[in-house]
Amino acid sequence: MATAVTAPRVLENAWVRFAARRLGRLVVSVWVVITAAFLMIHLVPGDPVRAVLGPTATAEVVAAKRAALGLDDPMWSQYLHYLQGVLTGDFGTGLASSLPVSQVISQRLPTTAMLAVLAFLVAVAIAIPVGVFMGVLTRGGRARRAELSFTATSVVLAAVPEFLLAVGLVYVFGVSLGWLPVAGRSGASSYVLPVLALAIGPAAVLSRIVRVQLQSVLQADYVRTARAKRLRAVTVYLKHALPNTLTATLTLGGLLLSVLVAGTVLVENVFAWPGLGTTMISSILARDYPVVQAIVLVYGVGVLLVNLAVDIALALLDPRSTIRES
Amino acid sequence: MSRWRSVLRTPVGACAALLLVGVLALAVLAPILWSAQADRVDTDAIRQGMSAEHWAGTDDLGRDLFFRVLVATRLSVELALLATLIAVVVGLTLGALPALVGSRLGRYVVAFVNITVAFPGLLLALFLAVIFGVGARGAVLAIGLAGAPAFARLTQTLVAGVIERDYVAAARAAGIGRFRVLLRHVLPNIAEPLIVNATISAGGALLAFAGLSFLGLGVQAPQYDWGRLLGDGLAGIYVTPAAALAPGIAVVIAGLAFNLFGEALAKAVGLTTPLGRALPRLPRRTDSSAPSDAVLEVRELTVTLPSGARAVRGVSLQIAPGEAVGVVGESGSGKSLTALAIAQLVEEPLQVRAERLHFQGADLQAQAHRKLLGTSLAMVFQDPMTAFNPTQRIASQLAEGAREHGGLSRQAARARVIDRLRAVRIHDPERRARQYPHEFSGGMRQRAMIGMGLMGTPALIIADEPTTALDVTVQQQILQLLAEIRAADHVALLLISHDVTVVSAVCDRVLVMYAGRVVEDLPAAELARGARHPYTRALVAAVPTMESDRQLPLTVIPGRMPDPDDVSAGCSFAPRCALADAHCAAEQPELIASADGRRIACWHPAPASLALQES
Repeated sequence: MATAVTAPRVLENAWVRFAARRLGRLVVSVWVVITAAFLMIHLVPGDPVRAVLGPTATAEVVAAKRAALGLDDPMWSQYLHYLQGVLTGDFGTGLASSLPVSQVISQRLPTTAMLAVLAFLVAVAIAIPVGVFMGVLTRGGRARRAELSFTATSVVLAAVPEFLLAVGLVYVFGVSLGWLPVAGRSGASSYVLPVLALAIGPAAVLSRIVRVQLQSVLQADYVRTARAKRLRAVTVYLKHALPNTLTATLTLGGLLLSVLVAGTVLVENVFAWPGLGTTMISSILARDYPVVQAIVLVYGVGVLLVNLAVDIALALLDPRSTIRES
Repeated sequence: MSRWRSVLRTPVGACAALLLVGVLALAVLAPILWSAQADRVDTDAIRQGMSAEHWAGTDDLGRDLFFRVLVATRLSVELALLATLIAVVVGLTLGALPALVGSRLGRYVVAFVNITVAFPGLLLALFLAVIFGVGARGAVLAIGLAGAPAFARLTQTLVAGVIERDYVAAARAAGIGRFRVLLRHVLPNIAEPLIVNATISAGGALLAFAGLSFLGLGVQAPQYDWGRLLGDGLAGIYVTPAAALAPGIAVVIAGLAFNLFGEALAKAVGLTTPLGRALPRLPRRTDSSAPSDAVLEVRELTVTLPSGARAVRGVSLQIAPGEAVGVVGESGSGKSLTALAIAQLVEEPLQVRAERLHFQGADLQAQAHRKLLGTSLAMVFQDPMTAFNPTQRIASQLAEGAREHGGLSRQAARARVIDRLRAVRIHDPERRARQYPHEFSGGMRQRAMIGMGLMGTPALIIADEPTTALDVTVQQQILQLLAEIRAADHVALLLISHDVTVVSAVCDRVLVMYAGRVVEDLPAAELARGARHPYTRALVAAVPTMESDRQLPLTVIPGRMPDPDDVSAGCSFAPRCALADAHCAAEQPELIASADGRRIACWHPAPASLALQES
C-alpha cells in the first residue's frame, strides 16, 4: 500500500521522470549496440575462422576452433551466451593472440579515453575564450574584417579532417622542427600532437558556435536589463551572456564530442598510439573478429554514454529544464 | 534559378565553384593524360625527395608521386560521389518511408533512424566496413550507408514541414496516392536543402574515404586513391615528407571545394542579412552650463542609425524631481529610442549625441557615471517575460546591482531583495526570491523588475511600455504600484507608452512625439480637451471611449509615419494633416515654448480657446 502511494509522487518529480526516460532510452540503445556487435561476426563474408587460420589449416583444426568458439551452436543459444558474456565482462578470446579480449580492452581503453578527454578539454579551453572574445569584438556588426578572417580560418580548420591535421602536425613539429615525438606513447610530450590533432577541428567549430550564440544572447532583453543595472562589462558578458551561450553551445557541441571519440581511431593510427583505435584496425586487418566485436561495442557504448552526459549537463545547466520535460 | 546563380557572385562561392570545377576536370582528364607517367616504374629513382624532375618525389618503385596524386583524383572523387549517391538514395527512402507506410511501421523507421543517427558516421562506417569486407567496394557501401541516417533525419524533418501544407492536403483530398503526392508535391519542395546537403556530404564522403583507405580498409593495391597514397607515404615521412603531404593537400583541397560550395549554396538559398556599416565615432560636445535642479535635462538629443538617417531628431526635455512625464506616439516615433538613449543603453552601431544630457546635475556624456546610473536610475522594460535572465534566480538578479554599487554583503543584499519584493507586493518574498523567472507570472515579473529598480534609491524611473505586454487587470496594478512609489519616495517618472489613456492617467505632463521629434508638450490634464497640435488631437480622437458609437468603424489617422530614411524638409506630419498647406511642406516648424510652459511645433496650431470649444 505504501509503495502504491509513494510511486506516483516520486514520478511527479521532473528529475526522476527525466532520469527514468533517459535511462530507458540508454538501455534500448545499448541493447541495439550489443546485438549489432553480435551480428557482426555472422555477417562478415566467408568463414571468419577459416579467414584467420588461413587456407593451409586442415578442416579438422577449423572445425575444432569453430566448436571452441561456439559458432556451431544454434543462433539463439549463441546470442544468449554472448549477452551473458558481455554483461559479466567476458568478451571471449582473440583468434590471433589467444589472449582474453577483456584484457586487451582493459589495457587499451584508458590510453584512448585519456586522449579523448584531454582533446575535449583542450578544445573547450580554446573555443570558449576565442568565441567569447570574437563575439564581443564583432557584436552588432563591428569589426567586419576580423569577423571575416575568423570565419574563414575556422571554416578551413573545421573542414580539415583530424588525420590530415595529424599528418600536418607530424610534418611541422616532428619532422621539420623536431620538437615533439611523432609516434607511440612516451611521457607527456607524446600527448601534445595527438591531442592537438583531435582538438583543433572541434575547437574551430565550437568557437564559431560560441560566437554566434553570444551574438544572439547579447541582443536579448535580459542583457539590456543587466546593462541597465550598470554592471561592469565583464560581469555582463561573463555572468549574464556566457551561461546562456553555453546551454545553446552544449546542445550542438555535444555532437562534436561523440565525433571526437570516433576521431581517435584515425589519429591513433597516425601516431601509432597504443589505444583501442590502433588495436581495432590491426584486428580488422588480421580478421580477429572477437577483438573487433568487443572494440566496436566499447566505442558504441562510449558514444552513448557521452550523449547521456551531455543531456544530463544540459538539464543541470538550464533551469527551465526543457530537456527534462520534453 | 537566379538564387542559385547568385552563389557565383559572392567571393567564397566563386572560389569554391572554381575549385570544384578544377577538381572535377582533373578527375576526368588526369587519368587520360598522365596514367603512363604515374605507373612508370623507375628502379633508379626509388624513394626520392622533391626535385625538378619529380615534383613530389617518388615511391618505393620509383613512380612519380605528383602524377600519381593527380591521377588518383578520379578514383577518389568517383568513390566519394558513389558513396554520396548511396547515402542520398537510402537516406531519402528511409526518411520518406514514415510518410508512405502506416504510422506504426513509420514509428519503427523513425526509431531506427534516431538510434543510428546518434553515432558518428566514421564509427558506423568502420562497423560496416568490417561487415562488407576490406576493399573499395566494401568501403563505398560502408560510407554510403553510414551517411544515410543523417540524410534520413533531414528528409523526415523536411517532409514533415511540407506535408502539412495546404497544397499537399488538397492533393491528398483529391484522392492522389501517397507515393504520387510524395513524388509530385513533396520532393520538389524539399529539393533545395537536399541538394545543398548532398554537396556538403560529398565533401564529407571524400574525407571519410581517404580515412578508410589510409587505414588500409579502403582501396587496395594496385589501385590507389589519395588515402592509399597518404597511408603509404606516412611511413616514410622523415625521408620523403612530400609523399605524405601531397596526397594530404589534395584531399584537403577537394574536400574544401565540396564543403565550401555547399555552404555557399546554403547561404544563397537561405536568407542573409547584410549588416549596416558602422559610422565613425563623432566627437562629443561638452557643455558646462549652470546646473539646474531638474532630475533630467536633455537638449537636442539625436540618435543616428547606421544608414545615416536620424531616428531621434533633436529632442529636448526636462523632468523636475518627483514629476511624471509621459511620452506618447505611434510605433516608430522614436520614443523608446529616446528613453534608451537617455539611459545610456543605446549601443553601436547606433550613435547618440546631445547638446546637453544631464542626470542629477552630472553630465552623462562627459564621464562614465556607472554608479550614479546604477543606483539612481531605474529601468522598467516592456516585456517582463524576456527581461530577466532565464538561468539565474530572481534574488541574485536583483541583488547584483546593489552588491556592485552599494557594496552590500551577500546577507545584506538578500535582506534588501526580500524587503523590496515585499515593497512591490510579491507574496512570500523569501520563497519567491529563490525561484527562477519562469516560475513567475508576467505581472509578478514586472513587479520584480520594478523592485529591481528600487534596490538603490532611484531619483528617476524610466518605464518603457511597462504594461504593453500585460493583460488589462494586471496593467492597472502595475500603474498603481508606480504611482505609489512616486508618491512615497518623490521619484520622477519617464513613462513611454503608445497608450494615450495610460499616460494621461499616470503623468503630470505629456510629450507627443512624431517621426523622431517632440511636436507638443502639454499638461496631461489638457490632453483630452486642450491639445493644440493636429497630430495630438488625432491621437486623442483615435482612442475609443464608452461613448463611441460601436456601429461606426474605429477612428484612425490616415496615412503612415515616414521612415527615418525619408523625412521631408517640412513638417513630417504635413502629408497626413488636414490643415497642411505649402508652407508646412516646405519648412519645418520649431518647437516653441509659450508663456504657460507648454511647447508646440506647428504652423497651424488650434487656438487654446478653439481647442476647448471643438471638444
